[in-house]
Amino acid sequence: MSDDLKILEDVANSEYKWGFVSNFESDNAPKGLNEDIVRFISAKKNEPEWLLEYRLKAFRHWQTMTEPAWPNVDYPKVDFQDIIYYSAPKSKVQLDSLDDLDPEIKATFDKLGISLEEQKRLANVAVDAVIDSVSVKTTFREALLEKGIIFSSFSEAVHEHPELIKKYLGSVVPYTDNFYAALNAAVFSDGSFCYIPKGVRCPMELSTYFRINSAGTGQFERTLIIAEEGAYVSYLEGCTAPMRDENQLHAAVVEIVSHAEAQVKYSTVQNWYPGDKNGKGGIFNFVTKRGICLGYKSKISWTQVETGSAITWKYPSVILKGDNSVGEFYSVAVTNNMQQADTGTKMIHIGKNTSSTIISKGISGGRSHNSYRGLVKINKSADNARNFSQCDSLLLGDQCGAHTFPYLEVSNKSAKVEHEATTSKVGEDQIFYCNQRGISTEDAVGLIVNGYCKEVFNKLPMEFAVEAQKLLAISLEGSVG
Amino acid sequence: MSTLQETKITILNSAVFENWVNASPRVDVFATITKDAAQAFLLQGIPTTKHEEWKYTNVTRLAQTAFQVSKSNATLTTSGVTNEKVTADAILIVIENGIINKAASNIDALPQGIQIGSIHDLKDNTAIQKHFLQHADYKSEPFVALNTATFLDAVCILADANVEFNTPIHLMIVNTSNEANVYIPVRVFVAAEKNASIHVVETFSSKGNNTTAFVNAVSEVVVADNAKVNYVKLQGESENTTHINYHRVAMARDSYQHLTTLSLGGGLIRNNLNIRLGDINGTAYLNGLTLARNTQLVDHHTVVDHAMPHCYSNELYKNLIDDKAQGVFNGKIFVRKDAQKTNAFQSNKNLLLSNDATMNAKPQLEIFADDVKCSHGATTGQLDDEALFYLRARGIGEEAARALLNHAFAADVLEGIAHEGIKKNMLDFVNHKLN
Repeated sequence: MSDDLKILEDVANSEYKWGFVSNFESDNAPKGLNEDIVRFISAKKNEPEWLLEYRLKAFRHWQTMTEPAWPNVDYPKVDFQDIIYYSAPKSKVQLDSLDDLDPEIKATFDKLGISLEEQKRLANVAVDAVIDSVSVKTTFREALLEKGIIFSSFSEAVHEHPELIKKYLGSVVPYTDNFYAALNAAVFSDGSFCYIPKGVRCPMELSTYFRINSAGTGQFERTLIIAEEGAYVSYLEGCTAPMRDENQLHAAVVEIVSHAEAQVKYSTVQNWYPGDKNGKGGIFNFVTKRGICLGYKSKISWTQVETGSAITWKYPSVILKGDNSVGEFYSVAVTNNMQQADTGTKMIHIGKNTSSTIISKGISGGRSHNSYRGLVKINKSADNARNFSQCDSLLLGDQCGAHTFPYLEVSNKSAKVEHEATTSKVGEDQIFYCNQRGISTEDAVGLIVNGYCKEVFNKLPMEFAVEAQKLLAISLEGSVG
Repeated sequence: MSTLQETKITILNSAVFENWVNASPRVDVFATITKDAAQAFLLQGIPTTKHEEWKYTNVTRLAQTAFQVSKSNATLTTSGVTNEKVTADAILIVIENGIINKAASNIDALPQGIQIGSIHDLKDNTAIQKHFLQHADYKSEPFVALNTATFLDAVCILADANVEFNTPIHLMIVNTSNEANVYIPVRVFVAAEKNASIHVVETFSSKGNNTTAFVNAVSEVVVADNAKVNYVKLQGESENTTHINYHRVAMARDSYQHLTTLSLGGGLIRNNLNIRLGDINGTAYLNGLTLARNTQLVDHHTVVDHAMPHCYSNELYKNLIDDKAQGVFNGKIFVRKDAQKTNAFQSNKNLLLSNDATMNAKPQLEIFADDVKCSHGATTGQLDDEALFYLRARGIGEEAARALLNHAFAADVLEGIAHEGIKKNMLDFVNHKLN
């Protein structure tokens, strides 16, 4: 037991490795939120009238809403008037090559270990790097354009493809959806837009790195991915943020539209600053992510590895509207110290022969709380719908908590819904087995936990799988014995 | 989060409620609690579906109906109820419209160490003084508050230390009133002292022509060190009955409790089972079976609270939902911080027999200790095609094959009933309902 405690202490003391602040100038909006700020953001981005109208409608709706408080997390109330809603790096020049990039920004990426050149050369990944709120650089864009794929920042897409934005913005997550979605719709700064035309298979993994940089800046990303009939895209989102003492709010919205026989695979590795071991600071990650399978055999797959943030509160969901459509959710959520996570998914079955799979692995250590909350809803129309859910929790200490709140709502007799959940700790016999074979306790725990998460890691694209394993290793460093 | 205002509605006719409270023949010793509970109820009101615990079960119409305590006189006689006893030798207590009908009961010649009677007669008993009204939480359960404020009578069953009593104690709870909108509060208290062992059966039925009835039952069961309580609840009221049931078990060291709930009738049934494993090495079994038809709604909410280490709990809930009926299962397992070496299991299996049937399941785990083994599983579906094919290949008609499989599905739950006589009687009820 004393070993456990010592090791837990070590974990608690291990530093957040990606904490640093880069000193490039920001062009900030004044603190606070009112109609003028919404207009300011819209004007700053030189947006057309209809988008401003959309923002204002969302803002007015947001004012009528009250902050939700149902999740199984505790946090100090967010003062929405104490947030800077817009901040952009000053020099916003379209760059021809990576050499023209602000060295400061480049160094930031280097520190993160995601240098653009390297990515470009080795990983064949096009990176839309978002520092704070404005896209600084989009790579591989032309290569993609040849195939008719549009991959750009959201604000560019607003100017270049207004018809697509008009058609799809808010079609999956309307601004009336929830408190944070309304807030995002009113003040969203930038994000990514991705459009795969009919029958096109995107030749590379699309990727963005989000970073929250200026102190006190809320990050309100908006991502919209559209896959036309028969298209395929794999989209990667990864996050790290510098160390800060005040809480930072991140309320992003991700919308995915998958048409008939299209497939969208969305992977996330989230490693935002979780706060120090006493729970001071850290990011609030309140995100609305939802996809809709519109046509026959469309498919949306969410994979997430959540290791950061003081509070993670999100439910990547799939609406299975088309017949034979498929929804998947694979998640690893690690909480340590004072972190709290309330995450899971929603699978709404509407079409016939729809199927969904949910695999969720929660790992809690320190004094953290990790909750799985998921909804599987089989509508009356969803004949032969099929769902399988598995939610496992692993506890690494006696101060933490693991919670499971699945909701299974079935209104069709031909549906088959299965849910199972287990909670346990790393078995002493397993560790003993490893020890016997000369593997240290620490390595053994890493091995066992990695094996425990393997089902999910296998679903990640190669580049992410490596990063995810590293993250897990950091989170578990010197962990339980 | 919805505000408090949204999650409750205050009883529309609070004058009616005042009347109930004032009409209850109070037992003076408990007057403080009943008054406090009345306040607690007025504060909580009737929950709406915005209340997370009442998300799938809408009871707001209870607030819109002016229910009244039954004014009917007792009509049942010994001969009238004998053949409804769970076993021929069972000790029978008839609770008619919320009040014990002593004439129809046979509790005069009880064996040594067993006491059964009304709270009015047993109020000086030490176990009752200590535990009665102490366990069912009226501060956070509105219907417990309502019951605590308004019960007219309470059945008390006391088993002294070291008494092993294998004859079933049958609480026959009957609504015989012919009045409209009748409200029937039922209160039961069971205490098994150290090393005692008893079998208790509650059956709920309606015999009157009442248009709508609201049965609000609360049972408190106290299981002392190494004591054993086997409990069966059979709910088979008419379809115009709303039945809210709260069952609380407080378990001591090395104790054992086995509870089977059979929800076969009623219009709307809500069961709240709350088992607290308050000391080490307790064992709790919770089984439940629902056979719902027409527009019935049957809701099982269970809470198993592992407060201490080395306890074991096992839940098995099966629901067969037909026609336009709705089933709800919400099972919570709490493992408190110090409850190491806990083993807690929960299984919920549901069959939908019609396309208009709905099943909402929410199996929950909340775990704060690391050295535990906890799991839950929930499935909803229809009969296995292969099993059906197997039977049909052997010359059994489709109808009969389905009946056979439904029966096998349901009978599983009854297997755990320890007393053979009770088990047989319950199987008869289930068979009757299934056929």
